[in-house]
Amino acid sequence: MPALFHPRLFVERAISAIVGVLMANAVACAVADETIDFARDVRPILSAACFKCHGPDDKERKADLRLDTREGAVGSSHAPFLAGKPNESEALRRMTSSDPEERMPPGDSGKSLTADQIALVTKWVEQGARWSSHWAFTPPQRPELPSFSDASSVAWIRNPIDAFVLARLKREGLSPSSEADATTLVRRLALDLVGLPPTIDDVGRFQADGSPDAYDQLVTRWLDSPHYGERWGRHWLDAARYADSDGYEKDKSRQVWFYRDWVIGALNRDLPYDQFVVEQLAGDLLPGATQEQRVATGFLRNSMINEEGGVHPEQFRMEAMFDRMDAVGKSMLGLTIQCAQCHNHKFDPLTQEEYYRMFAFLNGAHEANMAVYTPAEEQQRADLFRRIGEIEADLKHRHADWPERMAEWETSVSANQPEWTIVEPIVDEISTGGQKYLPLGDGSLLAQGYAPTKHRVKITVKSAPQNIAAFRLELLTHADLPLNGPGRSILGTAALSEFEVEAAPADAPDKIEKIKLVAASSDVELPQAPLEAIFDDRSGKPRVTGPAAFAIDGKQETAWGTNAGPGRRNQARKAVFVAEKPIAHPAGTVLNIFLSQNHGGWNSDDNQNCNLGRFRLSITGSAGPSADPLPAHVREILAVPREQRTAEQTAAVFSHWRTTVPDWRPENEAIEALWRGHPEGSSQLVLAERAMRRETHLLKRGDFLKPEKTVEPGVPDFLHPLGDLPHNRLGFARWLVDRRSPTTARAIVNRIWQAYFGTGLVSTSEDLGSQSEAPSHPELLDWLAVEFMDHGWSLKWLHRLIVNSATYRQSSRVPPELLARDPYNRLLARGARFRVEGEVVRDIALAASGLLNPRLGGPSAFPPAPEFLFLPPTSYGPKIWKQDSGADRYRRAVYTFRYRSVPYPVLQTFDAPNGDFSCVRRVRSNTPLQALVTLNEPLFFECAQALATRALEQGGANEEARIDYLFRCCVARPATAEERRELLDLLARETKHLADGWTDPQAIANRDAKNPLKLPPGATPTQLAAWTLLSRVVLNLDETITKE
Amino acid sequence: MNCQDHLHSGADPRQVSRRWFLEQCGIGVGGIALSHLLGSRGSAETAAINPLAARQPHFAPKAKNVIFLFMAGAPSHLELFDYKPQLAKFSGTLPPPELLAGYRAAFINPNSKLLGPKFSFARHGASGAELSELLPHLAGVADEVAIVKSMVTDAFNHAPGQILMSTGSQQFGRPSVGAWVTYGLGSESQELPGFVVFSSGKKGPSGGNSNWGSGFLPTVYQGVQFRGSGDPVLYLSNPPGVDATLAADSVATLGRLNKLRLDAVGDPEIATRIHSFEMAFRMQSSAPELMDLSREPQKVLDLYGAQPGKPSFANNCLLARRLVERGVRFVEIFHEAWDQHGNLVKDLRQNCQDTDQASAALIKDLKQRGMLDETLVVWGGEFGRTPMVQGGDDGRDHHPNAFSMWLAGGGIKPGITLGETDELGFNATRDRVHVHDLHATLLHLLGFDHTRLTYRFQGRDFRLTDVEGRVVKELLA
Repeated sequence: MPALFHPRLFVERAISAIVGVLMANAVACAVADETIDFARDVRPILSAACFKCHGPDDKERKADLRLDTREGAVGSSHAPFLAGKPNESEALRRMTSSDPEERMPPGDSGKSLTADQIALVTKWVEQGARWSSHWAFTPPQRPELPSFSDASSVAWIRNPIDAFVLARLKREGLSPSSEADATTLVRRLALDLVGLPPTIDDVGRFQADGSPDAYDQLVTRWLDSPHYGERWGRHWLDAARYADSDGYEKDKSRQVWFYRDWVIGALNRDLPYDQFVVEQLAGDLLPGATQEQRVATGFLRNSMINEEGGVHPEQFRMEAMFDRMDAVGKSMLGLTIQCAQCHNHKFDPLTQEEYYRMFAFLNGAHEANMAVYTPAEEQQRADLFRRIGEIEADLKHRHADWPERMAEWETSVSANQPEWTIVEPIVDEISTGGQKYLPLGDGSLLAQGYAPTKHRVKITVKSAPQNIAAFRLELLTHADLPLNGPGRSILGTAALSEFEVEAAPADAPDKIEKIKLVAASSDVELPQAPLEAIFDDRSGKPRVTGPAAFAIDGKQETAWGTNAGPGRRNQARKAVFVAEKPIAHPAGTVLNIFLSQNHGGWNSDDNQNCNLGRFRLSITGSAGPSADPLPAHVREILAVPREQRTAEQTAAVFSHWRTTVPDWRPENEAIEALWRGHPEGSSQLVLAERAMRRETHLLKRGDFLKPEKTVEPGVPDFLHPLGDLPHNRLGFARWLVDRRSPTTARAIVNRIWQAYFGTGLVSTSEDLGSQSEAPSHPELLDWLAVEFMDHGWSLKWLHRLIVNSATYRQSSRVPPELLARDPYNRLLARGARFRVEGEVVRDIALAASGLLNPRLGGPSAFPPAPEFLFLPPTSYGPKIWKQDSGADRYRRAVYTFRYRSVPYPVLQTFDAPNGDFSCVRRVRSNTPLQALVTLNEPLFFECAQALATRALEQGGANEEARIDYLFRCCVARPATAEERRELLDLLARETKHLADGWTDPQAIANRDAKNPLKLPPGATPTQLAAWTLLSRVVLNLDETITKE
Repeated sequence: MNCQDHLHSGADPRQVSRRWFLEQCGIGVGGIALSHLLGSRGSAETAAINPLAARQPHFAPKAKNVIFLFMAGAPSHLELFDYKPQLAKFSGTLPPPELLAGYRAAFINPNSKLLGPKFSFARHGASGAELSELLPHLAGVADEVAIVKSMVTDAFNHAPGQILMSTGSQQFGRPSVGAWVTYGLGSESQELPGFVVFSSGKKGPSGGNSNWGSGFLPTVYQGVQFRGSGDPVLYLSNPPGVDATLAADSVATLGRLNKLRLDAVGDPEIATRIHSFEMAFRMQSSAPELMDLSREPQKVLDLYGAQPGKPSFANNCLLARRLVERGVRFVEIFHEAWDQHGNLVKDLRQNCQDTDQASAALIKDLKQRGMLDETLVVWGGEFGRTPMVQGGDDGRDHHPNAFSMWLAGGGIKPGITLGETDELGFNATRDRVHVHDLHATLLHLLGFDHTRLTYRFQGRDFRLTDVEGRVVKELLA
């Protein structure tokens, strides 16, 4: 073998050649003289190039060789890497082999190793091949603080963050930048903490206040501001894939803003992050769960819902489950676990079975939609129930014999119902209008999937040879239905337009006879009322709901309705329909029962159905029955022996019984009147644990039709153990925020860092796993993670620490040599400078112009948007975008309504994610379409008009002062002399152009074209128009939408 | 769709700070992101200047541009391309049980009666392509197209099916074909977006914006919706009263002010901002000019059946040609109208009246301009329709096992029909082409090895075809 190709020589030469390259490129690579850190330097190389075939996935593993474990890589005398013996290490030989058959990774793998990568691995072997598991899979330990003795270092360091940053800078031969000037710092702080620019007053006061704690006071003020929650809540909402619509084809609007407000509120009250996570995964399972804690589980429900026609609901429940797993992985665990949905993870030691074990924790819940109330509404409800309680207490007080009388009544009703036989329904698929009817095993059917607004379902029932005198239709509640049902409308109500029956002898099924129904009764006989506006079908025909008789009157316009008003509409109901004469056939009877549900609205792509949600059919042979007037829940209580009933159960019986006492009519009417004052409330998608667990299977390639073995809830082996925690969702949630979790604290600390500095300490913030990029400051990351947990997982503590650091307070100017050296600012030798997020772009314009409406929370807002976007053929179906008027159009962007399929264009253009999946890292693009938005979008232009008015009113006596005013509003500082000159020149040219009559100043200046132009005192239309154009320029400055 | 991995790249970004570059050009974050794609091809410098700069693919391409006519809703292959006399013969009878084993349908009980084809077929051109009477114009260019009768897909609901056709995955969040192509090739146009989307028909596509999203690729590669009336691009027009002079003066002043800031703070991102505003300003004049169909000769309008000022599929086809002429890389036209659960006869007739002439005109027009060779035209929907009836006798349900598409130009072998289905048009039986295969072929024609056009996200190299895809050699000229 010629000496040149001797492997060892080859490697040495390669190294010496490479060292030169590395020295020149100190930012990108570890310096060759240094000790090679396996976790930081070598593991990522092996992970990317080798683990796919020699890693965790036993199905893909080649040659039974495993490089992702100590045992496999270095653990024996025949291991592929032999400590200190690079030239005897088979793996190195294969990496450098010139024989294409031998060389690793193989040519057809699409992977390759560069010479410097091989050199690093070789160096590591030379230095002893010290192996360690992936850094992020070992819990963080508090590292030693770097110490400095030189005066300038000591003077610069404000807190431990700086010590870590400075240590790295010194290693790189760099020094930090000077502190940013006061104005820049105030604006940076405001944009970071509250997402709004500082007011002129904020800046002035800070500059005037020379006290050493002036900065800290500002920090405190803004951390205490409710706008802090809006600003940082938006980051979490990205991770929580928040949107106000379902996604997929129909993309119907949904009510989830209580969750959005919960996030904002939780951050504002600095709910410890561990608790923040627990409540979102399992708030409903906490002892005495509050409405707020249940609302928090909306995190899991932010998945998309597909209700297009013809879907298999279980398929899309599974899609939602996968989405939840992805969201938990990225946002909480900081790991990409999605891969293991179909196969063992190729890079991280996560098996497919372990994935489904975690999945099993989440798999036992209802997709519920609960009624929720604002604090004011909660108060109203409390008052209402107190007053009802008082009336009932008074009745009991005045009628001491009530227990005996109630018992007597109970006896009289205990056996007054005929025997009903529940029938086995067979749904005629062709008649469902695309809705799915899922049998629940108790004879009831649950409506799922697409919800047609009009259909007539045919249900066939085969009965035994018995007399059939009447039919009972029970409407039942179910946790998967809106507000618990029993209907599918957004109110959880249903309307039955017609109930029709055909019968035929079982032995002659063609001899079909239409059955005449002569009587109808129900336990909710409501007066005739016009159909609610949300169900308008645009037919112009008046449609009504009312008593059960409306379902057998042969009129499609009338329906049996169940909407008993807020607070009482979501309970089980029943109706009984009596046949004119009993049906009886010796061989049994085939019944066709038709349920017409035509009281939905015109748009079946929207929330306009009024269908039955869950129902059950029964028959009886008893003559002339009527519907049991006792509500189902009261009937259930009566089955409990009186002495075993709880106080609540007795009270519930009383509340019904009192309505049957004729003498108590005034009291009953008073209570009815109170119920009518019950607040309407809102709804919120939440999880609710099922009574019965679902079995979870490993799904072959993630296909819900290919279940393989059953798996039990559990956690992956490579992470910390579950220990004594319960094997349920709550246990899983607590496990995620266990102090021993290696990734949870690191993940959130890294993302907060990312928001401040543009890039996380680990740039791949969604994945701290084997394939992640090595941390730029690993010790700092660990120190922050440990301290964060030690400070009670307080996010506000973390924010305060970061903004108080000298690192944060550096100037963001970019000297050319520093740009050349560290273009991404990973070494932090300067402050961060980048374009703010889309929401902040919008909020800056609103705030600078004085238009911003700072109101907090509530239903999402509809700022101006082009109407056509929400109509076909742009949108699949017509969508509601009822543009807000007045102050609501100027709400902060976090409140803008978010349709997934038609994202609000301004935010979309500025890279806001649309909520299709969890996003923990946004891109920042810089495109011409963004320029068009800030130049021409109507609300942005309105901001220019409003800012011009402000400048003329408050900006000072002369043009120079007004220009400074514009700058102060937008970028916090006055204009420079050159900037002022540019704008004065522009003003002069514009004024002349307008005065020459080329265009109408009114058109430019008038915010409200329908009304006469409002001018600031002493201003002319031309002046206002010219200043509007000037304001537009300043609002469009790069600096205006940039955090400097 | 904008959650992206913009920094995970192995490039040397220092070149972005070059003086000449700061002074003359802008760069975007997207540009930096491109570097790992292009690093191996040594053209990172160009990419850094402008993320949409035109780039060379892996090997010499046949096609440079794509026009994708997305017939959303899923056209019936049985009435348009795939004539089945046996289906006619067995119309009204139940399908063979073995065909239905493991089969799921969206709406119907799969064991529904067969429904014979509703229209007659004839052979056309020298190639003898068999086409429905509903497609007389396509028949006129039969020798230019390659018909694929053996398409198969995995999804049978619209939104997942369309997302699969658009992004190669049923799960939302992946980049669309147009985004991948623009990421790979950039755009020849300096004044228009690289990827333009139109929508006509009754509705918008089921998957909404995700059909043209950039997924984890930089936002600059996502499709930009153009509209056939009003402002073609959102917020293109100046605000009321702001005339061209004022607009130009404002943008010029803005540029000078931004330049002052650039000199003061040195952040190259400001240069990109300046560039963006300049490009936006150019777009303000180029886009309306592009959209102005009244500048087309009457005979061209007649060829397409286009009418200036009246938005239609025909107008969009003509606009697609004008866009490609101006260097736009990828144009996609959604025409969501093909979901014939009922009204099969009437609605199909209408849909073909709305689309046949313009689709054929596009081929003729591109050809007569010498553009067909390098423009790939694709026509098709997200799946096919059942040989079984839905409802009475005038509807068909969703069907993933077989459907038809056609391709023309851009290196496609003209005048062929590829693949076969069984006698009932139920299963593709010969030369099956999965959606992934279509994508692999499309990228191949554009000069890409589909296994090598990748993007690193979440620790993994993603590609349009995931782990699937085969270049359909039979379709290549």
